[in-house]
Amino acid sequence: MSAQITLNARNLSRRLGSREVIHNISLQLRRGEVLGLLGHNGAGKSTTMQMLAGVLLPHAGQIEICGIDLAREPERAKACIGYLPETPPLYRDMRVDDFLVYAAKLHRVPRTQIAEALAGAKGRCGLQDAGRTIIGSLSKGYQQRVGIAQAIIHQPEVVILDEPTVGLDPAQIRDIRALIRELGNAHSVILSTHLLGEVENICDRVEIMQHGQFIYGDTSVRMQALGQQAGFVVTLLAPPELDVLGAVPGVINVRALSATRFKILHATDANTAEALLTLSAQQGWQAQQLTPLYGNLEDAFVHITQNEPISKT
Amino acid sequence: MTRSDAMILTIAHREFRSLFATPSTWIILGALQFIFAWFFLARLDAFLQVQTQFAQLVNAPGATQSVASPVLGTVAFILLMLVPVFTMRLIAEERRNQTMVLLMAAPVASWEIVLGKFLGLFGFLSLIIVACLIMLLTLAMGTPLDLGLLLANALGLLLLTACYTALGLYFSTLSAQPIVAATSTLAALFGLWLIDVASSTSSMTLKALSPTLHFQSFNAGLLLSHDFAYFLLFTATCLLLAIRRLHNSRIYG
Repeated sequence: MSAQITLNARNLSRRLGSREVIHNISLQLRRGEVLGLLGHNGAGKSTTMQMLAGVLLPHAGQIEICGIDLAREPERAKACIGYLPETPPLYRDMRVDDFLVYAAKLHRVPRTQIAEALAGAKGRCGLQDAGRTIIGSLSKGYQQRVGIAQAIIHQPEVVILDEPTVGLDPAQIRDIRALIRELGNAHSVILSTHLLGEVENICDRVEIMQHGQFIYGDTSVRMQALGQQAGFVVTLLAPPELDVLGAVPGVINVRALSATRFKILHATDANTAEALLTLSAQQGWQAQQLTPLYGNLEDAFVHITQNEPISKT
Repeated sequence: MTRSDAMILTIAHREFRSLFATPSTWIILGALQFIFAWFFLARLDAFLQVQTQFAQLVNAPGATQSVASPVLGTVAFILLMLVPVFTMRLIAEERRNQTMVLLMAAPVASWEIVLGKFLGLFGFLSLIIVACLIMLLTLAMGTPLDLGLLLANALGLLLLTACYTALGLYFSTLSAQPIVAATSTLAALFGLWLIDVASSTSSMTLKALSPTLHFQSFNAGLLLSHDFAYFLLFTATCLLLAIRRLHNSRIYG
């Protein structure tokens, strides 16, 4: 983990009137990292991203992009950022090519490299055939791609994507996720979402926001482990009474999912599965299938957001 | 060319081109040219009727003074109603369509955005004025023209357009609703015009606030330095206010 730090935000705060909507958050991002910003609606994700993109100024705190202070030298720092807001900022009456060339010029891509940048961005976002189309006539998925192409056309170090997959169909979501994952190899990516599956699939690291604060941050793998329950689902074709299953050493809880399927939770240190299978063989319960329970982010998220006492503001 | 110039021109160029992408612009351009031609022919007709009487005068007003100047005076009045229709789009519509964030997140300073937008629209409105002037130049087929008077009028119209556009641009930064921006600009411009026409008895100090009063000297062929100063100060003030407003929107959201 010695990769270069591309984004460094320290103690950001922002008020809305007299109410503080973002409290003192800090964030670091390294090259090649995909960070997921997770939280309920209204947790402050979009505001945070707008501040990181330089659209809103924080009322306190400091943001450095590749070592350049965003408040002191906004033009230089912003040239290293690509930002896709919640609603893609598209001029509906422009052609895709014209729009992307405009975006490239705005982001100070040298005139001689514009054609190359355009081809590159279109290639990565699967827009090769859409160049001459008027943006307003594209489908939502394609508009989203144009939005992403706009954010990456100048090869920024930091890519900020605000809910990039909202409103897309499953195939499009898969494509865009693959694209984000690919972006994550060369750039740093921050994306916000309230889809936990997205984080599980593409993010290296997760920060959970609630009431304008980061309440939890870790790698997404470790966060899944947090939601993990020791247990399994077992299919017994000739099951005994529930009480009998409950008496197997280590079992904490037994629930019948159907006549033959049972969800069994057990103590983490006990080797309950083996004990149960041994018993099954002895008693003729005809065990067929045993699936361990995987922790998922959903459980972890609920676990984290509920444990956190709601801050009094 | 510095980077800032390039940025301003990029924004101005997009603004200029986007105007021609909508059919309504072409309809407005056509209708305007029709109205201008109507006024032009009406004035020309009136001039031809009194021309025989003018011929007996020693220092009779020529065609430029009795046809071109009044037509351009009308153009100035039409601009008052026309400019708000275009300026409302500049920032307010971008806010409503949520495309403003593209400029706000781009490595472009607020003053570059404002100047780019201003120049884009100003270039477009200049085209309307130039088209009208070309129409008036057809007078040269029948009579010698007072080119000095025509150029003074053209300069006056351009300055007037610049000041209207700057005011409209400022009102456009105040709102996310184009209609609100348009009506408030129209109200402000009408107010300034009313100061000029309605307060004939009141002091010149108040009247001096009105752009139309300052245009009248250009319309009569007078180039006065205080008129120049007025238009430049008016335009610069509005643009500075717009830049300030845009910067504040980063702070207050």
